[in-house]
Amino acid sequence: MNEFHLGINLLAILPEIGLVLLAIAILALDLYWPESRRRNIAYVAAVGLAFLATLPVIFSPDMIRNIDPEAFGNGLLWGGMVRYDMLSQIFKVMVLIAAALTSLMAIDVKGVGRKGEFYLIVVVSTLGMTLMSGAADLIMAFVALETTSIPLYILAAFKRDDNKSAESGLKYFLYGSFASGLMLYGLSLLYGFTGHTNLYSLAQFLNTETFASNPLPALGAMALVVVGFGFKVSAVPFHFWTPDVYEGAPTPVTAFLSVASKAASFALLARFFVAVFPESVVIGEQGLQTFWVQLAAVLSVISMTLGNVIALAQRNIKRLLAYSSIAQAGYTLMGVAAIQANTVDGQSQAVAAIAFYMFMYVFTNLLAFAVVILFSEATGSETIADLAGLSRRNPMLALAMTIGLLSLGGVPPAAGFFGKFFLFKSAVESGMVWLALVGVINAIIALYYYLVVIKVMYVDRSEDENKPIPVSRPYVWVLGVTTVAVIALGTFAAQPIFIWAVESAKSLFAA
Amino acid sequence: MSVDIEVYIALSAILFILGAMGVLVRRNAILVFMSVELMLNAANLALVAFSRLWGGAEGHLFVFFVMTVAAAEVAVGLALIVAIFRSKQSIDIDELHQMEG
Repeated sequence: MNEFHLGINLLAILPEIGLVLLAIAILALDLYWPESRRRNIAYVAAVGLAFLATLPVIFSPDMIRNIDPEAFGNGLLWGGMVRYDMLSQIFKVMVLIAAALTSLMAIDVKGVGRKGEFYLIVVVSTLGMTLMSGAADLIMAFVALETTSIPLYILAAFKRDDNKSAESGLKYFLYGSFASGLMLYGLSLLYGFTGHTNLYSLAQFLNTETFASNPLPALGAMALVVVGFGFKVSAVPFHFWTPDVYEGAPTPVTAFLSVASKAASFALLARFFVAVFPESVVIGEQGLQTFWVQLAAVLSVISMTLGNVIALAQRNIKRLLAYSSIAQAGYTLMGVAAIQANTVDGQSQAVAAIAFYMFMYVFTNLLAFAVVILFSEATGSETIADLAGLSRRNPMLALAMTIGLLSLGGVPPAAGFFGKFFLFKSAVESGMVWLALVGVINAIIALYYYLVVIKVMYVDRSEDENKPIPVSRPYVWVLGVTTVAVIALGTFAAQPIFIWAVESAKSLFAA
Repeated sequence: MSVDIEVYIALSAILFILGAMGVLVRRNAILVFMSVELMLNAANLALVAFSRLWGGAEGHLFVFFVMTVAAAEVAVGLALIVAIFRSKQSIDIDELHQMEG
């Protein structure tokens, strides 16, 4: 065992330490501040989270490696529990930004915004997500997953006197704990087959004669793990909880769980499958990677198609965004399938395409949800038809929603265009032209229902047109930041960020 | 007297399948939840058995974490079930259909 270097180990979990301190601070302020000042807790949470989002970039593992290569080793720290590499840092930044924006978005929501515990639970869930991004051990992966999920069950049911919210919480909890039970059994089998829990040493112990001749046990374990991840990213056929939970949960919670939990899950998914089931492990005359790559391709096709087709029929805007998010998971799974590329460059591009897609999705979806929150808080309605005349009630809000929806649909100059472009490109380059074609067809279907919402906002008339929708200062910030980010990621920032992501993704494939 | 590892794994597999069937078949939220706990404990049994087989401590460690997580899940889960019961006077999951589409 190597010598333990405390400094470098602490640097690896600096954002996590910060999150724990922030959680304690929020808890104390909630006790100490009178009711009238509790609104400020949202600002404390948002500023704290935004500050923590800078740490993974400032203390980048590349820099630390240059300072002390020996102590850094291969980046596996805390006894191999977490891996300190650039890819994990990117995903940490994503979930921290998402949590900061969510805190601001919740500030004026009735029954949520003035309760300190809301921000506390968001911060704890974010802690789980940051750990998920870097988890390099079965134990850490499971604990991080649950640290993410259990607070999310509470958040979904946060308005517990509201029937819909309580129902969505219970549904999320029952399906979620079922999925984690299945996944845990898969993890226990993986430990049983190898006697190791570190993701990076599992593969070499799976690579034995016994599994080469009898592929069933390894495939069974893989299938159980796929179910767990499929649930977390809401891929069809593990998506059935998504629409109900998204519709019933308080809208800021929906926003948070649609972006942050999905991004963290994709981070862990990519690391887990690349490390544990590589092409070099041969079972039943085929590399293990072939199995999950094809599975990802199939899940991608059915998620995209089903998500987009059912979304066409939705009347509730949150439900529409739920099905849209299932479809987005489908697009992103295309990147997972593209990991089959046979060069490290190609594989890194596939992983970078996933990271870029999630990065732009954080801003895009939060932008759309911020508008939904403002609209439903002002009018009490979540029906698409009621959005009629929004362009006359608040032109800026309608414009922001339009940018968000165009980005979700993949129209330039919004960020979604480059997100899809990188994914389709990596799918084509890895030899899955048919998959990219299915993706293009789906993008066209999806454009229809996004354009319908835009049409309702701009063309349809309503009797309430003379009632403007107020936008308070924190929401101006949220809308401003997300809109600027969406436009920037769709224009000049796309190329540099993608190149940076490709460089970072290489750390996933380095031993 | 020592028992073969296969026996433990077979028992854990049976418990796991019973748990999974329970989740899929039962309609009472508490019973569904108990079935989930059964699945977690089936995994625990497998982990302990494997840990003995390999002679390492990782499996035992894993079990401690799973038990902690399961306890947290119980706390949250029962609270959610109580919240539903207060509003509906029923915890039949087939009656959870406020939202459709």
